[in-house]
Amino acid sequence: MITIESVSRTYGDFTAVDDVSFTAHPGRVTGFLGPNGAGKSTTMRILVGLTRATSGTATVLGRSYVDLPNPGLEVGVLLDASAQHAGRTGREILTVAQRFMGLPRSRVEEMLDLVSLSADEAARRVRDYSLGMRQRLGIATALIGEPAVLILDEPANGLDPAGIRWMRRLLRDYADRGGTVLLSSHLLHEIEVIADDLVMIGNGRIVAQGAKSDLLRSEGSMLRALDRGLVARALLDAGITSTPVGQDGLLAHADTAHVGEVVFAAGAPLLELRAADGAGLEELFLELTADTQRDDTSDHHSEGALA
Amino acid sequence: MTTLDAFPAPIPMSRIIATELRKMFDTRSGFWLVASLGILALLATAAVIAFSSNDGMTYSAFVTATGYPMTILLPIIAILSVTSEWSQRSGLTTFTLVPHRERVITAKAFVCVGVATATISLAFVVGALGNLVGTAMLGIAPVWDLTVTNMLTLILANVLALLVGFMLGVVIRSSAGALVGYFVYSFVLPTLFVVLATSQDWFRDLQPWVDFKYAGGTLIDGTVTIQQWEYLGVTSVIWVVIPLAIGLRFVMRAEVK
Repeated sequence: MITIESVSRTYGDFTAVDDVSFTAHPGRVTGFLGPNGAGKSTTMRILVGLTRATSGTATVLGRSYVDLPNPGLEVGVLLDASAQHAGRTGREILTVAQRFMGLPRSRVEEMLDLVSLSADEAARRVRDYSLGMRQRLGIATALIGEPAVLILDEPANGLDPAGIRWMRRLLRDYADRGGTVLLSSHLLHEIEVIADDLVMIGNGRIVAQGAKSDLLRSEGSMLRALDRGLVARALLDAGITSTPVGQDGLLAHADTAHVGEVVFAAGAPLLELRAADGAGLEELFLELTADTQRDDTSDHHSEGALA
Repeated sequence: MTTLDAFPAPIPMSRIIATELRKMFDTRSGFWLVASLGILALLATAAVIAFSSNDGMTYSAFVTATGYPMTILLPIIAILSVTSEWSQRSGLTTFTLVPHRERVITAKAFVCVGVATATISLAFVVGALGNLVGTAMLGIAPVWDLTVTNMLTLILANVLALLVGFMLGVVIRSSAGALVGYFVYSFVLPTLFVVLATSQDWFRDLQPWVDFKYAGGTLIDGTVTIQQWEYLGVTSVIWVVIPLAIGLRFVMRAEVK
């Protein structure tokens, strides 16, 4: 269980985290989603006591993280897989964690097995590791103390497709056994696949949160038309707002039956009409990223939503 | 898995110290730094045997020769044990596994002082062996010219030198920066003080109270008077205690990234 209440962090005039509150529950994977620089990592660092919050409180298992007597046994943390002494071997990094936590030595080999690092790879220095290998080692370090809570910042970075699938299954099993998982990502799809709950953050503020099933269930309809301007006007006359998507698409904020009736009455030919599943969330996410993105990718991404 | 009402026992300080000791040796650079202490001790002993005159071959000559490289290297070991947490960013893991940073820093200080004491003791042992072997080869009687007090002040001198490195590590928290700081501290500043003392009358009387190297030198030379202990106390406060206290405040509060 992770509880974050009204946490803010400012650096001079800049507000990195602005009044953020959310809860990650046991038995569920909570996805922390937001574009780069939205405040995800700062929030996670505040959670584990590496950064001080300007205001607000964050607790793990009902306690402030720094008050946990042996944090490694209660909370597994992976904030940056590359933040390791490059001159240590993978096995040595696990051994240091095992020593701090006071675990039996055998846990090191068990963890190497779990994350599929071979004896040969474990004997190499981390300087020679690929990012994917570092992520595996970081996940091993997080899991070695059999904690009840996992906090992972962008753990899928650098993993190959098979690695990503492996990690998804690992986290799913972990949550199904009653663990609490908080993982961040800047990729909507990645979070959509694994998370039960979603917390979406942009410019330091939470813009949406809740169960994934609720957030993805959209009231809207997605349609494509030969003349979408005509359709949009007809819908507006009937009191339905809509947003253009892609080249000929339109996201109408009403169910398909209602939209179908209005468009039929207006006599406007349609190419496609269907319920807009999840498009609302994707739109919201794109809106968030639009402010920080250097390229205008709205068209490109919206087509992804249609597909 | 742990539950809400069953928190594990806190991490004992002894375990943090033991783990920090391990971390000092488990990297390639750490290993070779410590190994070089032993290697240099042997080389220095061999050099004294090879080049020293009959009169010059005394226990203190051996100890001085083996101890000198240690006095230079120990502060570097202390610096790296602190700064690597930031420069190598391993602090991200260390300070999440042990979120009370003062415990980690204290453990590092313990380990550094322990390693310093152990290596200087090694210098005494290697020096003694060198003295026995060297004099036997020349067929002269070995000269044992170090008292227990001499040995204790030598240990103190090295611990102080190491604490300077430790302090620089804590204050600067970057390997490169702290190493530069160390050379300024131990080579540039003392020279400046000597120049000032010889050219400026007003500084001449002040020098013993502010020149850490000057005050510490008496520990290596042998007899230390009450006055010299006072010099040493005052300069240690100025150059080690105060900056260390300021650095520790920053370490406790600073963001770990």
